[in-house]
Amino acid sequence: MSNKFFENPVIKWVEYRLPIFSFIDESVGSGYPTPKNLNYWWNFGSLAGIVLTILIVTGIVLAMSYTPHVDYAFESVERIMRDVNYGWLLRYIHMNGGSMFFILVYIHMFRGMYYGSYKEPRELLWIIGVFIVLAMMATAFMGYVLPWGQMSFWGATVITNLFSAVPIIGDSIVTWLWGGFSIDNPTLNRFFSFHYLLPFVIFALVFVHLWALHVHKSNNPLGVDIKGPEDTIPFHPYYTIKDLYGLGILMIFFMFFVFFAPNFFGEPDNYIKADPLVTPPHIVPEWYFLPFYAILRAVPDIWFISAKLGGVIAMFGSILILILLPWLDRSPVRSARFRPIYRQLFWVFVVDCFILGWVGANSPDAVFHGIPFLWIGQASTAYYFAHFLFIIPLVSILEKPKMPPESINAAVTNKGAAS
Amino acid sequence: MNETASPDDKTRRDFLLLSTVAVGAVGTGLAIWPLVDAMNPAADTLALSTTDVDLTPIAEGQSITVVWQGKPVFVRHRTAAEIKTAEAVAMIDLIDPQTDKDRVTKPQWLIMVGICTHLGCIPLGQKSSEPKGEYGGWFCPCHGSHYDTSGRIRKGPAPKNLVVPAYKYLTDTTVKIG
Repeated sequence: MSNKFFENPVIKWVEYRLPIFSFIDESVGSGYPTPKNLNYWWNFGSLAGIVLTILIVTGIVLAMSYTPHVDYAFESVERIMRDVNYGWLLRYIHMNGGSMFFILVYIHMFRGMYYGSYKEPRELLWIIGVFIVLAMMATAFMGYVLPWGQMSFWGATVITNLFSAVPIIGDSIVTWLWGGFSIDNPTLNRFFSFHYLLPFVIFALVFVHLWALHVHKSNNPLGVDIKGPEDTIPFHPYYTIKDLYGLGILMIFFMFFVFFAPNFFGEPDNYIKADPLVTPPHIVPEWYFLPFYAILRAVPDIWFISAKLGGVIAMFGSILILILLPWLDRSPVRSARFRPIYRQLFWVFVVDCFILGWVGANSPDAVFHGIPFLWIGQASTAYYFAHFLFIIPLVSILEKPKMPPESINAAVTNKGAAS
Repeated sequence: MNETASPDDKTRRDFLLLSTVAVGAVGTGLAIWPLVDAMNPAADTLALSTTDVDLTPIAEGQSITVVWQGKPVFVRHRTAAEIKTAEAVAMIDLIDPQTDKDRVTKPQWLIMVGICTHLGCIPLGQKSSEPKGEYGGWFCPCHGSHYDTSGRIRKGPAPKNLVVPAYKYLTDTTVKIG
Protein backbone atom coordinates (compact mmCIF):
# COMPACT_ATOMS: atom_id res chain seq x y z
CA MET A 1 0.00 0.00 0.00
CA SER A 2 1.27 3.45 -0.85
CA ASN A 3 2.32 5.97 1.74
CA LYS A 4 -0.48 8.17 0.49
CA PHE A 5 -2.99 5.60 1.73
CA PHE A 6 -1.49 5.63 5.23
CA GLU A 7 -1.57 9.45 5.30
CA ASN A 8 -5.35 9.51 5.04
CA PRO A 9 -6.60 10.85 8.40
CA VAL A 10 -9.32 8.19 8.82
CA ILE A 11 -6.83 5.38 8.07
CA LYS A 12 -4.38 7.01 10.46
CA TRP A 13 -7.02 7.21 13.21
CA VAL A 14 -7.89 3.51 12.88
CA GLU A 15 -4.29 2.42 12.40
CA TYR A 16 -3.22 4.13 15.65
CA ARG A 17 -5.85 2.17 17.58
CA LEU A 18 -5.87 -1.10 15.62
CA PRO A 19 -3.02 -1.60 13.11
CA ILE A 20 -5.22 -3.66 10.81
CA PHE A 21 -4.22 -1.96 7.54
CA SER A 22 -0.50 -2.50 8.08
CA PHE A 23 -1.32 -6.09 9.11
CA ILE A 24 -3.11 -6.70 5.80
CA ASP A 25 -0.32 -4.91 3.92
CA GLU A 26 2.33 -7.10 5.55
CA SER A 27 0.30 -10.28 4.95
CA VAL A 28 -0.77 -10.01 1.32
CA GLY A 29 0.24 -6.50 0.28
CA SER A 30 3.26 -4.45 -0.71
CA GLY A 31 4.70 -4.98 2.77
CA TYR A 32 5.28 -8.70 2.20
CA PRO A 33 8.65 -9.27 0.51
CA THR A 34 8.37 -12.35 -1.74
CA PRO A 35 11.13 -14.22 -3.58
CA LYS A 36 11.23 -12.79 -7.09
CA ASN A 37 11.59 -16.19 -8.80
CA LEU A 38 8.31 -17.90 -7.77
CA ASN A 39 6.79 -19.98 -10.58
CA TYR A 40 3.15 -20.94 -11.18
CA TRP A 41 3.31 -23.85 -8.72
CA TRP A 42 3.24 -21.13 -6.03
CA ASN A 43 -0.29 -20.12 -7.11
CA PHE A 44 -1.98 -23.11 -5.55
CA GLY A 45 -1.95 -22.00 -1.90
CA SER A 46 -3.82 -18.76 -2.52
CA LEU A 47 -6.15 -20.47 -5.02
CA ALA A 48 -7.03 -23.06 -2.35
CA GLY A 49 -7.79 -20.20 0.03
CA ILE A 50 -10.15 -18.62 -2.51
CA VAL A 51 -11.95 -21.94 -3.08
CA LEU A 52 -12.30 -22.41 0.71
CA THR A 53 -14.05 -19.02 0.81
CA ILE A 54 -16.34 -20.01 -2.08
CA LEU A 55 -17.22 -23.25 -0.25
CA ILE A 56 -18.05 -21.42 2.98
CA VAL A 57 -20.20 -18.80 1.24
CA THR A 58 -22.19 -21.30 -0.89
CA GLY A 59 -22.45 -23.66 2.11
CA ILE A 60 -24.00 -20.99 4.33
CA VAL A 61 -26.68 -20.26 1.71
CA LEU A 62 -27.33 -23.97 1.02
CA ALA A 63 -27.82 -24.58 4.75
CA MET A 64 -30.77 -22.16 4.61
CA SER A 65 -32.71 -24.63 2.43
CA TYR A 66 -31.38 -27.94 3.74
CA THR A 67 -33.18 -30.10 6.33
CA PRO A 68 -30.97 -32.45 8.36
CA HIS A 69 -33.55 -35.17 8.97
CA VAL A 70 -33.56 -38.69 7.49
CA ASP A 71 -37.10 -38.24 6.17
CA TYR A 72 -36.46 -34.84 4.54
CA ALA A 73 -32.74 -34.52 3.76
CA PHE A 74 -32.85 -36.19 0.33
CA GLU A 75 -36.05 -34.32 -0.63
CA SER A 76 -34.68 -31.00 0.62
CA VAL A 77 -31.64 -31.41 -1.62
CA GLU A 78 -33.92 -32.19 -4.58
CA ARG A 79 -35.92 -29.08 -3.69
CA ILE A 80 -32.70 -27.05 -3.73
CA MET A 81 -32.04 -28.47 -7.21
CA ARG A 82 -35.53 -27.79 -8.61
CA ASP A 83 -37.33 -25.06 -6.68
CA VAL A 84 -34.86 -22.84 -4.82
CA ASN A 85 -33.72 -19.88 -6.96
CA TYR A 86 -30.26 -20.72 -8.29
CA GLY A 87 -30.20 -23.64 -5.84
CA TRP A 88 -28.84 -25.90 -8.58
CA LEU A 89 -25.99 -23.47 -9.17
CA LEU A 90 -25.08 -23.11 -5.51
CA ARG A 91 -25.14 -26.88 -5.00
CA TYR A 92 -23.09 -27.66 -8.10
CA ILE A 93 -20.53 -24.99 -7.12
CA HIS A 94 -20.37 -26.43 -3.60
CA MET A 95 -20.10 -30.06 -4.81
CA ASN A 96 -17.45 -29.40 -7.45
CA GLY A 97 -15.77 -26.82 -5.20
CA GLY A 98 -14.95 -29.67 -2.82
CA SER A 99 -13.20 -31.53 -5.63
CA MET A 100 -11.37 -28.36 -6.73
CA PHE A 101 -10.21 -27.76 -3.14
CA PHE A 102 -8.66 -31.23 -3.02
CA ILE A 103 -7.05 -30.91 -6.47
CA LEU A 104 -5.47 -27.58 -5.47
CA VAL A 105 -4.33 -28.76 -2.05
CA TYR A 106 -2.86 -32.01 -3.40
CA ILE A 107 -0.86 -30.05 -6.01
CA HIS A 108 0.16 -27.58 -3.28
CA MET A 109 1.46 -30.54 -1.19
CA PHE A 110 3.35 -32.11 -4.10
CA ARG A 111 4.85 -28.65 -4.77
CA GLY A 112 6.07 -28.56 -1.17
CA MET A 113 7.56 -32.05 -1.52
CA TYR A 114 9.35 -31.24 -4.80
CA TYR A 115 10.91 -27.97 -3.67
CA GLY A 116 11.61 -29.07 -0.07
CA SER A 117 9.31 -26.42 1.41
CA TYR A 118 8.86 -28.60 4.54
CA LYS A 119 12.51 -28.28 5.53
CA GLU A 120 14.01 -26.23 8.34
CA PRO A 121 12.84 -23.60 9.30
CA ARG A 122 9.38 -24.38 7.82
CA GLU A 123 8.62 -27.69 9.61
CA LEU A 124 5.71 -26.31 11.64
CA LEU A 125 4.27 -24.59 8.60
CA TRP A 126 4.22 -28.01 6.90
CA ILE A 127 2.75 -29.79 9.95
CA ILE A 128 -0.06 -27.23 10.25
CA GLY A 129 -0.73 -28.01 6.58
CA VAL A 130 -1.07 -31.72 7.40
CA PHE A 131 -3.69 -30.82 10.03
CA ILE A 132 -5.51 -28.71 7.45
CA VAL A 133 -5.66 -31.77 5.15
CA LEU A 134 -7.01 -33.94 7.98
CA ALA A 135 -9.68 -31.35 8.81
CA MET A 136 -10.57 -31.12 5.10
CA MET A 137 -11.01 -34.88 4.90
CA ALA A 138 -13.30 -34.97 7.93
CA THR A 139 -15.34 -32.06 6.54
CA ALA A 140 -15.64 -33.58 3.07
CA PHE A 141 -16.63 -36.98 4.46
CA MET A 142 -19.40 -35.54 6.64
CA GLY A 143 -20.61 -33.22 3.89
CA TYR A 144 -20.98 -36.18 1.55
CA VAL A 145 -23.37 -37.83 4.03
CA LEU A 146 -25.77 -34.87 4.12
CA PRO A 147 -27.68 -35.49 0.81
CA TRP A 148 -28.67 -38.88 2.32
CA GLY A 149 -28.23 -40.88 -0.87
CA GLN A 150 -27.15 -44.51 -1.06
CA MET A 151 -23.43 -43.64 -1.27
CA SER A 152 -23.83 -41.14 1.59
CA PHE A 153 -25.32 -43.81 3.80
CA TRP A 154 -23.05 -46.71 2.90
CA GLY A 155 -19.89 -44.63 2.72
CA ALA A 156 -20.69 -43.37 6.22
CA THR A 157 -21.36 -46.95 7.38
CA VAL A 158 -18.04 -48.25 6.08
CA ILE A 159 -15.98 -45.31 7.37
CA THR A 160 -17.56 -45.16 10.85
CA ASN A 161 -17.18 -48.94 11.14
CA LEU A 162 -13.43 -48.44 10.78
CA PHE A 163 -13.42 -47.31 14.41
CA SER A 164 -14.76 -50.71 15.52
CA ALA A 165 -11.26 -52.00 14.73
CA VAL A 166 -10.02 -50.29 17.90
CA PRO A 167 -9.43 -53.08 20.44
CA ILE A 168 -11.91 -53.49 23.35
CA ILE A 169 -13.71 -50.10 23.18
CA GLY A 170 -14.18 -50.10 19.37
CA ASP A 171 -17.89 -50.96 19.39
CA SER A 172 -18.66 -48.37 22.08
CA ILE A 173 -16.88 -45.72 20.02
CA VAL A 174 -18.97 -46.59 16.96
CA THR A 175 -22.24 -46.46 18.95
CA TRP A 176 -21.13 -43.11 20.35
CA LEU A 177 -20.31 -41.76 16.87
CA TRP A 178 -23.69 -42.92 15.57
CA GLY A 179 -25.76 -41.92 18.60
CA GLY A 180 -27.66 -45.18 18.03
CA PHE A 181 -27.17 -48.70 16.74
CA SER A 182 -26.84 -47.79 13.08
CA ILE A 183 -26.35 -44.70 10.92
CA ASP A 184 -29.62 -42.86 11.52
CA ASN A 185 -31.15 -39.47 12.27
CA PRO A 186 -28.86 -38.65 15.25
CA THR A 187 -25.85 -39.35 13.03
CA LEU A 188 -27.14 -37.11 10.24
CA ASN A 189 -27.79 -34.27 12.70
CA ARG A 190 -24.34 -34.35 14.25
CA PHE A 191 -22.64 -34.63 10.87
CA PHE A 192 -24.49 -31.50 9.75
CA SER A 193 -23.38 -29.71 12.90
CA PHE A 194 -19.72 -30.71 12.40
CA HIS A 195 -19.83 -30.03 8.67
CA TYR A 196 -20.85 -26.45 9.47
CA LEU A 197 -18.23 -26.08 12.21
CA LEU A 198 -15.12 -27.59 10.62
CA PRO A 199 -14.67 -25.13 7.70
CA PHE A 200 -14.22 -22.38 10.26
CA VAL A 201 -11.66 -24.53 12.06
CA ILE A 202 -9.90 -24.93 8.70
CA PHE A 203 -10.07 -21.15 8.23
CA ALA A 204 -8.40 -20.66 11.62
CA LEU A 205 -5.73 -23.26 10.73
CA VAL A 206 -5.09 -21.46 7.42
CA PHE A 207 -4.57 -18.26 9.41
CA VAL A 208 -1.94 -20.00 11.59
CA HIS A 209 -0.41 -21.54 8.43
CA LEU A 210 0.01 -18.04 6.97
CA TRP A 211 1.34 -16.68 10.23
CA ALA A 212 4.08 -19.33 10.19
CA LEU A 213 4.69 -18.63 6.49
CA HIS A 214 5.31 -14.94 7.08
CA VAL A 215 7.97 -15.55 9.72
CA HIS A 216 10.46 -17.08 7.28
CA LYS A 217 8.70 -16.05 4.04
CA SER A 218 7.92 -18.24 1.05
CA ASN A 219 10.28 -20.91 -0.16
CA ASN A 220 11.16 -20.64 -3.87
CA PRO A 221 12.04 -22.91 -6.82
CA LEU A 222 15.77 -22.65 -6.04
CA GLY A 223 15.24 -23.51 -2.38
CA VAL A 224 17.87 -20.98 -1.27
CA ASP A 225 17.15 -18.48 1.50
CA ILE A 226 16.34 -14.83 0.88
CA LYS A 227 19.65 -13.05 1.47
CA GLY A 228 18.63 -9.46 0.95
CA PRO A 229 16.15 -7.02 -0.61
CA GLU A 230 17.61 -7.68 -4.08
CA ASP A 231 16.14 -11.23 -3.87
CA THR A 232 12.55 -10.09 -3.34
CA ILE A 233 9.70 -8.16 -4.89
CA PRO A 234 6.56 -6.97 -3.04
CA PHE A 235 3.68 -9.48 -2.96
CA HIS A 236 1.37 -6.71 -4.20
CA PRO A 237 1.12 -6.01 -7.09
CA TYR A 238 3.48 -8.65 -8.51
CA TYR A 239 2.02 -11.82 -7.02
CA THR A 240 -1.52 -10.58 -6.58
CA ILE A 241 -1.62 -10.19 -10.36
CA LYS A 242 0.08 -13.56 -10.92
CA ASP A 243 -2.42 -15.27 -8.57
CA LEU A 244 -5.27 -13.47 -10.32
CA TYR A 245 -4.14 -14.90 -13.65
CA GLY A 246 -4.07 -18.37 -12.07
CA LEU A 247 -7.54 -17.72 -10.66
CA GLY A 248 -8.79 -17.03 -14.19
CA ILE A 249 -7.46 -20.38 -15.42
CA LEU A 250 -8.87 -22.16 -12.35
CA MET A 251 -12.31 -20.62 -12.88
CA ILE A 252 -12.41 -21.81 -16.50
CA PHE A 253 -11.62 -25.34 -15.28
CA PHE A 254 -13.96 -25.15 -12.24
CA MET A 255 -16.91 -23.63 -14.14
CA PHE A 256 -16.52 -26.14 -16.96
CA PHE A 257 -17.48 -28.84 -14.47
CA VAL A 258 -20.16 -26.73 -12.76
CA PHE A 259 -21.98 -25.96 -16.02
CA PHE A 260 -21.13 -28.83 -18.38
CA ALA A 261 -20.30 -31.89 -16.27
CA PRO A 262 -21.63 -31.15 -12.77
CA ASN A 263 -21.84 -34.80 -11.73
CA PHE A 264 -18.50 -35.85 -13.22
CA PHE A 265 -16.85 -36.29 -9.81
CA GLY A 266 -19.95 -37.85 -8.18
CA GLU A 267 -21.51 -41.30 -8.02
CA PRO A 268 -24.89 -41.86 -9.71
CA ASP A 269 -25.95 -44.06 -6.76
CA ASN A 270 -26.10 -40.98 -4.58
CA TYR A 271 -29.24 -39.89 -6.43
CA ILE A 272 -30.99 -42.93 -4.94
CA LYS A 273 -32.34 -42.22 -1.46
CA ALA A 274 -30.52 -44.01 1.37
CA ASP A 275 -31.89 -47.49 2.10
CA PRO A 276 -30.49 -49.14 5.25
CA LEU A 277 -31.54 -52.58 3.98
CA VAL A 278 -29.86 -52.54 0.56
CA THR A 279 -26.11 -52.20 0.08
CA PRO A 280 -25.06 -50.91 -3.36
CA PRO A 281 -23.04 -53.55 -5.24
CA HIS A 282 -19.91 -51.41 -5.35
CA ILE A 283 -19.19 -48.86 -2.63
CA VAL A 284 -16.58 -46.29 -3.63
CA PRO A 285 -15.61 -43.13 -1.81
CA GLU A 286 -15.18 -39.77 -3.53
CA TRP A 287 -12.13 -39.63 -5.82
CA TYR A 288 -9.96 -37.71 -3.35
CA PHE A 289 -10.15 -40.61 -0.87
CA LEU A 290 -9.39 -43.39 -3.38
CA PRO A 291 -5.63 -43.74 -2.68
CA PHE A 292 -6.35 -44.00 1.05
CA TYR A 293 -9.18 -46.47 0.44
CA ALA A 294 -6.73 -48.64 -1.54
CA ILE A 295 -4.28 -48.56 1.39
CA LEU A 296 -7.09 -49.49 3.81
CA ARG A 297 -7.93 -52.60 1.82
CA ALA A 298 -4.35 -53.63 1.00
CA VAL A 299 -3.23 -54.71 4.47
CA PRO A 300 -3.52 -58.45 5.22
CA ASP A 301 -3.50 -60.11 8.68
CA ILE A 302 -0.06 -59.44 10.15
CA TRP A 303 0.88 -61.51 13.18
CA PHE A 304 -1.66 -60.60 15.89
CA ILE A 305 -3.02 -57.51 14.13
CA SER A 306 -6.19 -58.23 12.14
CA ALA A 307 -6.47 -57.03 8.54
CA LYS A 308 -9.17 -54.60 9.65
CA LEU A 309 -7.09 -52.94 12.38
CA GLY A 310 -3.95 -53.06 10.23
CA GLY A 311 -5.78 -51.38 7.35
CA VAL A 312 -7.06 -48.59 9.58
CA ILE A 313 -3.59 -48.00 11.05
CA ALA A 314 -2.03 -47.93 7.57
CA MET A 315 -4.67 -45.54 6.22
CA PHE A 316 -4.29 -42.97 9.00
CA GLY A 317 -0.53 -43.62 9.04
CA SER A 318 -0.27 -42.75 5.35
CA ILE A 319 -1.26 -39.16 6.17
CA LEU A 320 0.33 -38.84 9.59
CA ILE A 321 3.70 -39.97 8.19
CA LEU A 322 3.85 -36.62 6.41
CA ILE A 323 4.37 -34.99 9.82
CA LEU A 324 7.73 -36.77 10.06
CA LEU A 325 8.86 -35.81 6.55
CA PRO A 326 11.03 -32.82 7.66
CA TRP A 327 13.12 -35.21 9.76
CA LEU A 328 13.10 -38.18 7.40
CA ASP A 329 14.69 -36.06 4.67
CA ARG A 330 18.22 -35.23 5.85
CA SER A 331 19.43 -33.54 2.68
CA PRO A 332 20.60 -29.95 3.29
CA VAL A 333 19.45 -28.98 -0.22
CA ARG A 334 15.77 -28.06 -0.46
CA SER A 335 14.90 -27.93 -4.13
CA ALA A 336 14.73 -31.13 -6.20
CA ARG A 337 16.29 -29.09 -9.04
CA PHE A 338 19.64 -29.74 -7.42
CA ARG A 339 18.90 -33.31 -6.33
CA PRO A 340 19.15 -35.50 -9.47
CA ILE A 341 18.10 -38.78 -7.81
CA TYR A 342 15.41 -37.44 -5.51
CA ARG A 343 13.88 -35.57 -8.45
CA GLN A 344 13.25 -38.84 -10.30
CA LEU A 345 12.03 -40.65 -7.20
CA PHE A 346 9.61 -37.79 -6.53
CA TRP A 347 7.90 -38.50 -9.84
CA VAL A 348 7.86 -42.24 -9.11
CA PHE A 349 6.06 -41.37 -5.87
CA VAL A 350 3.52 -39.22 -7.74
CA VAL A 351 2.86 -42.14 -10.12
CA ASP A 352 2.50 -44.48 -7.11
CA CYS A 353 -0.20 -42.17 -5.66
CA PHE A 354 -2.10 -42.29 -8.97
CA ILE A 355 -1.82 -46.11 -9.06
CA LEU A 356 -3.23 -46.24 -5.51
CA GLY A 357 -6.13 -44.06 -6.63
CA TRP A 358 -6.78 -46.34 -9.59
CA VAL A 359 -6.71 -49.43 -7.34
CA GLY A 360 -9.08 -47.72 -4.89
CA ALA A 361 -11.62 -47.21 -7.66
CA ASN A 362 -11.69 -50.94 -8.46
CA SER A 363 -13.05 -53.89 -6.51
CA PRO A 364 -10.27 -55.81 -4.72
CA ASP A 365 -11.51 -59.04 -6.34
CA ALA A 366 -11.14 -57.57 -9.82
CA VAL A 367 -8.26 -58.58 -12.07
CA PHE A 368 -6.15 -56.42 -14.42
CA HIS A 369 -4.57 -58.45 -17.25
CA GLY A 370 -4.29 -61.48 -14.98
CA ILE A 371 -2.96 -59.49 -12.01
CA PRO A 372 -5.39 -59.20 -9.05
CA PHE A 373 -6.00 -55.60 -7.96
CA LEU A 374 -5.28 -56.72 -4.42
CA TRP A 375 -1.64 -57.39 -5.37
CA ILE A 376 -1.25 -54.09 -7.20
CA GLY A 377 -2.71 -52.36 -4.14
CA GLN A 378 -0.36 -54.16 -1.77
CA ALA A 379 2.71 -53.42 -3.90
CA SER A 380 1.86 -49.73 -4.27
CA THR A 381 1.00 -49.42 -0.55
CA ALA A 382 4.36 -50.98 0.33
CA TYR A 383 6.07 -48.53 -2.03
CA TYR A 384 4.20 -45.56 -0.54
CA PHE A 385 5.56 -46.29 2.94
CA ALA A 386 8.98 -47.34 1.61
CA HIS A 387 9.26 -43.93 -0.10
CA PHE A 388 9.04 -42.17 3.26
CA LEU A 389 10.72 -44.66 5.55
CA PHE A 390 13.61 -45.93 3.39
CA ILE A 391 13.99 -44.14 0.07
CA ILE A 392 13.88 -40.54 1.31
CA PRO A 393 16.26 -41.04 4.29
CA LEU A 394 18.73 -43.13 2.25
CA VAL A 395 18.73 -40.90 -0.82
CA SER A 396 19.11 -37.80 1.32
CA ILE A 397 22.32 -39.25 2.79
CA LEU A 398 23.79 -41.02 -0.26
CA GLU A 399 22.91 -38.60 -3.06
CA LYS A 400 25.46 -35.98 -4.09
CA PRO A 401 23.43 -32.85 -4.79
CA LYS A 402 24.42 -30.25 -7.34
CA MET A 403 25.54 -26.87 -6.01
CA PRO A 404 22.60 -24.49 -5.61
CA PRO A 405 23.26 -20.89 -6.66
CA GLU A 406 24.60 -18.43 -4.14
CA SER A 407 21.43 -16.35 -4.08
CA ILE A 408 18.13 -15.88 -5.87
CA ASN A 409 19.39 -12.65 -7.41
CA ALA A 410 22.60 -14.24 -8.70
CA ALA A 411 20.67 -17.08 -10.35
CA VAL A 412 18.08 -14.82 -11.93
CA THR A 413 20.39 -12.11 -13.25
CA ASN A 414 23.08 -14.45 -14.65
CA LYS A 415 20.66 -16.93 -16.06
CA GLY A 416 22.60 -17.53 -19.29
CA ALA A 417 25.92 -17.99 -17.51
CA ALA A 418 24.53 -20.17 -14.69
CA SER A 419 22.84 -22.77 -16.84
CA MET B 1 1.67 -15.23 58.54
CA ASN B 2 5.27 -14.13 58.99
CA GLU B 3 6.77 -17.28 57.48
CA THR B 4 6.61 -16.22 53.84
CA ALA B 5 10.29 -16.99 53.26
CA SER B 6 10.42 -20.36 55.05
CA PRO B 7 10.82 -23.63 53.12
CA ASP B 8 7.47 -24.77 54.59
CA ASP B 9 5.80 -22.00 52.71
CA LYS B 10 7.19 -23.28 49.43
CA THR B 11 5.74 -26.73 49.95
CA ARG B 12 2.44 -25.20 51.08
CA ARG B 13 2.31 -23.15 47.89
CA ASP B 14 3.16 -26.23 45.84
CA PHE B 15 0.38 -28.11 47.57
CA LEU B 16 -2.10 -25.30 46.94
CA LEU B 17 -1.09 -25.06 43.29
CA LEU B 18 -1.29 -28.82 42.70
CA SER B 19 -4.62 -29.21 44.46
CA THR B 20 -6.08 -26.23 42.56
CA VAL B 21 -4.95 -27.72 39.26
CA ALA B 22 -6.27 -31.17 40.24
CA VAL B 23 -9.68 -29.84 41.29
CA GLY B 24 -9.80 -27.73 38.13
CA ALA B 25 -8.97 -30.74 35.95
CA VAL B 26 -11.61 -32.93 37.61
CA GLY B 27 -14.14 -30.11 37.32
CA THR B 28 -13.36 -29.61 33.62
CA GLY B 29 -13.70 -33.37 33.07
CA LEU B 30 -17.08 -33.40 34.81
CA ALA B 31 -18.23 -30.44 32.75
CA ILE B 32 -17.16 -32.08 29.47
CA TRP B 33 -18.78 -35.44 30.22
CA PRO B 34 -22.38 -34.27 29.52
CA LEU B 35 -21.21 -33.02 26.11
CA VAL B 36 -19.64 -36.38 25.32
CA ASP B 37 -22.49 -38.46 26.69
CA ALA B 38 -25.08 -36.37 24.81
CA MET B 39 -23.71 -38.02 21.68
CA ASN B 40 -24.52 -41.53 22.97
CA PRO B 41 -27.90 -43.12 22.06
CA ALA B 42 -30.83 -41.19 23.59
CA ALA B 43 -33.54 -42.77 25.75
CA ASP B 44 -36.07 -43.01 22.89
CA THR B 45 -33.46 -44.66 20.66
CA LEU B 46 -32.76 -47.20 23.40
CA ALA B 47 -36.51 -47.76 23.93
CA LEU B 48 -36.98 -49.10 20.40
CA SER B 49 -34.70 -51.99 21.15
CA THR B 50 -36.84 -55.12 20.63
CA THR B 51 -38.61 -56.57 17.59
CA ASP B 52 -41.17 -59.43 17.46
CA VAL B 53 -41.12 -61.79 14.47
CA ASP B 54 -43.88 -64.19 13.37
CA LEU B 55 -42.23 -67.28 11.86
CA THR B 56 -45.34 -68.98 10.37
CA PRO B 57 -45.19 -67.47 6.85
CA ILE B 58 -41.56 -68.46 6.25
CA ALA B 59 -41.39 -71.73 4.27
CA GLU B 60 -38.45 -74.11 4.49
CA GLY B 61 -35.52 -72.79 2.43
CA GLN B 62 -36.79 -69.20 2.63
CA SER B 63 -35.36 -66.19 4.41
CA ILE B 64 -36.78 -62.88 5.55
CA THR B 65 -35.10 -59.69 6.71
CA VAL B 66 -36.55 -57.80 9.67
CA VAL B 67 -35.39 -54.51 11.16
CA TRP B 68 -34.11 -54.48 14.74
CA GLN B 69 -32.51 -51.33 16.20
CA GLY B 70 -32.26 -49.97 12.66
CA LYS B 71 -30.22 -52.99 11.60
CA PRO B 72 -31.28 -55.81 9.27
CA VAL B 73 -31.76 -59.19 10.97
CA PHE B 74 -31.70 -62.32 8.79
CA VAL B 75 -34.23 -65.01 9.75
CA ARG B 76 -33.64 -68.18 7.74
CA HIS B 77 -35.73 -71.36 7.75
CA ARG B 78 -32.92 -73.78 7.01
CA THR B 79 -33.32 -77.00 5.04
CA ALA B 80 -32.17 -80.32 6.51
CA ALA B 81 -29.26 -80.35 4.05
CA GLU B 82 -28.10 -76.88 5.16
CA ILE B 83 -28.23 -77.88 8.82
CA LYS B 84 -26.26 -81.03 8.06
CA THR B 85 -23.52 -79.10 6.18
CA ALA B 86 -23.30 -76.54 8.96
CA GLU B 87 -22.98 -79.18 11.68
CA ALA B 88 -20.43 -81.26 9.75
CA VAL B 89 -17.79 -78.49 9.54
CA ALA B 90 -14.61 -79.20 11.52
CA MET B 91 -13.65 -76.44 13.99
CA ILE B 92 -10.15 -76.30 12.50
CA ASP B 93 -11.57 -75.07 9.18
CA LEU B 94 -13.14 -71.99 10.79
CA ILE B 95 -11.67 -68.49 11.04
CA ASP B 96 -13.82 -67.72 14.10
CA PRO B 97 -14.49 -71.21 15.56
CA GLN B 98 -18.03 -71.70 16.83
CA THR B 99 -20.27 -74.78 16.58
CA ASP B 100 -23.56 -74.55 14.71
CA LYS B 101 -25.35 -75.56 17.96
CA ASP B 102 -23.99 -72.45 19.71
CA ARG B 103 -25.49 -70.24 17.01
CA VAL B 104 -29.12 -71.50 17.04
CA THR B 105 -31.80 -72.34 19.57
CA LYS B 106 -33.78 -74.51 17.16
CA PRO B 107 -31.62 -75.84 14.29
CA GLN B 108 -34.16 -74.99 11.55
CA TRP B 109 -34.24 -71.28 12.51
CA LEU B 110 -31.03 -69.33 11.98
CA ILE B 111 -31.39 -65.78 13.32
CA MET B 112 -28.53 -63.31 13.02
CA VAL B 113 -27.69 -59.66 12.37
CA GLY B 114 -27.25 -59.24 8.62
CA ILE B 115 -24.26 -56.92 8.82
CA CYS B 116 -20.88 -57.97 7.54
CA THR B 117 -18.38 -57.95 10.42
CA HIS B 118 -15.80 -56.36 8.15
CA LEU B 119 -17.07 -52.85 7.49
CA GLY B 120 -20.83 -53.08 7.90
CA CYS B 121 -22.24 -53.83 4.44
CA ILE B 122 -25.25 -56.13 4.08
CA PRO B 123 -24.28 -59.55 2.68
CA LEU B 124 -26.25 -60.96 -0.25
CA GLY B 125 -27.95 -64.38 -0.16
CA GLN B 126 -31.37 -63.64 1.34
CA LYS B 127 -33.16 -64.00 -2.01
CA SER B 128 -32.82 -67.12 -4.12
CA SER B 129 -31.58 -64.97 -7.03
CA GLU B 130 -28.66 -63.54 -5.07
CA PRO B 131 -25.13 -65.02 -4.86
CA LYS B 132 -24.58 -67.08 -1.72
CA GLY B 133 -20.81 -67.34 -1.88
CA GLU B 134 -18.59 -70.39 -2.01
CA TYR B 135 -20.07 -71.93 1.15
CA GLY B 136 -23.74 -71.68 0.25
CA GLY B 137 -24.62 -69.10 2.87
CA TRP B 138 -24.08 -65.37 2.31
CA PHE B 139 -21.66 -63.28 0.28
CA CYS B 140 -20.68 -59.69 1.02
CA PRO B 141 -20.22 -57.77 -2.24
CA CYS B 142 -18.25 -54.90 -0.72
CA HIS B 143 -14.97 -56.63 0.02
CA GLY B 144 -15.69 -60.29 -0.78
CA SER B 145 -16.42 -62.10 2.51
CA HIS B 146 -18.03 -65.56 2.26
CA TYR B 147 -20.28 -66.91 5.04
CA ASP B 148 -21.51 -70.52 5.38
CA THR B 149 -25.01 -71.90 6.10
CA SER B 150 -24.50 -71.08 9.78
CA GLY B 151 -23.45 -67.49 9.00
CA ARG B 152 -19.85 -68.22 9.95
CA ILE B 153 -17.01 -66.44 8.16
CA ARG B 154 -15.12 -68.83 5.89
CA LYS B 155 -13.19 -66.66 3.44
CA GLY B 156 -12.46 -62.97 2.93
CA PRO B 157 -11.50 -59.96 5.08
CA ALA B 158 -14.25 -60.17 7.74
CA PRO B 159 -12.78 -61.22 11.11
CA LYS B 160 -15.92 -62.59 12.85
CA ASN B 161 -19.02 -64.69 12.23
CA LEU B 162 -22.29 -62.86 11.62
CA VAL B 163 -23.51 -61.79 15.06
CA VAL B 164 -26.31 -63.78 16.70
CA PRO B 165 -28.49 -61.32 18.64
CA ALA B 166 -30.12 -62.17 21.97
CA TYR B 167 -33.61 -63.57 21.24
CA LYS B 168 -36.21 -65.84 22.82
CA TYR B 169 -39.22 -67.84 21.61
CA LEU B 170 -42.41 -66.27 22.96
CA THR B 171 -44.45 -69.13 21.43
CA ASP B 172 -43.42 -71.90 19.01
CA THR B 173 -43.80 -69.51 16.09
CA THR B 174 -43.01 -66.08 17.55
CA VAL B 175 -39.57 -64.75 18.41
CA LYS B 176 -38.65 -61.64 20.35
CA ILE B 177 -35.31 -60.20 19.25
CA GLY B 178 -33.43 -57.99 21.71
